[in-house]
Amino acid sequence: MTVLAEIRPDEWNFPLFLHILGAMILVGGMLTGASALAAARGDARLLRLGYWSLVAVGLPGWVAMWVGANWIYAREDLDEEPIASVWVGIGFVVAELGLLLFLISLVVGGIGVYRLRAGKGTGLLKATMVISIVLLVAYAVAIWAMTAKPD
Amino acid sequence: MGFDDWILALHVLSAFALVSALILLWFVYLALRANGGTSAALGQLYKIGVIVVQIGVAGTLVSGVWLAISLDAYRPWDGWVMIGFALLAIGTAAGFRAGHVSQQAGGSRQTLVLHAVASLAAVLILVDMIWKPGA
Repeated sequence: MTVLAEIRPDEWNFPLFLHILGAMILVGGMLTGASALAAARGDARLLRLGYWSLVAVGLPGWVAMWVGANWIYAREDLDEEPIASVWVGIGFVVAELGLLLFLISLVVGGIGVYRLRAGKGTGLLKATMVISIVLLVAYAVAIWAMTAKPD
Repeated sequence: MGFDDWILALHVLSAFALVSALILLWFVYLALRANGGTSAALGQLYKIGVIVVQIGVAGTLVSGVWLAISLDAYRPWDGWVMIGFALLAIGTAAGFRAGHVSQQAGGSRQTLVLHAVASLAAVLILVDMIWKPGA
């Protein structure tokens, strides 16, 4: 049995799988959204594709990531205690403040897609793209913290 | 934090890059199929996906080999490590072929099948890394 397997109970495997797969889907939706919005250069089809990748992929990914994380946390009764480690704190801050930013970007982008249909500018979708890039950087920091577990 | 912790972080970040790029390429291939052709913007998106996939594959492979050699708990010939390498090879080959076929007229169905194989391999690698069968 490996050291990691010894310190991580087997019952955590499925919640951890859900957490990581959800986080990967979230980051994938965000990367697709940011890249499509950046590469579109006025191409309405790609602008819509970028926005809908955030809604249809990124958002369900966030839900799966959050459910997996809280499943592990509750199973260990850690939700009854104050957050003890820096890396868990970073994870919660990025997940929950990140959700707020994400939802703002979706509302702004939704209005942008509506305006696109009316033949108006793409400024709001550019704002969505900028927020998505900021979130991608924050998620990279969270992934580093979750993995390297700094004290 | 030791050097191996940084390499582990690089390994996981590379895995995220790989899966994220696979998701991006799903959108590209589905858009290609729906529209029956490409555009300059879609071509740009495809290039981003290919670059990120390459970074992801190279990063996971190099850091994975490093960790398997460096950490006392693991050996490169452990069953679950070998399964991971095999799945990465299968996924990379299927993904490379999908990219090649996507450039050809009428190849959209085959592209999607090959990309599905690459995506399934990525999910199975994640299962392998978490459950570590035989460890």
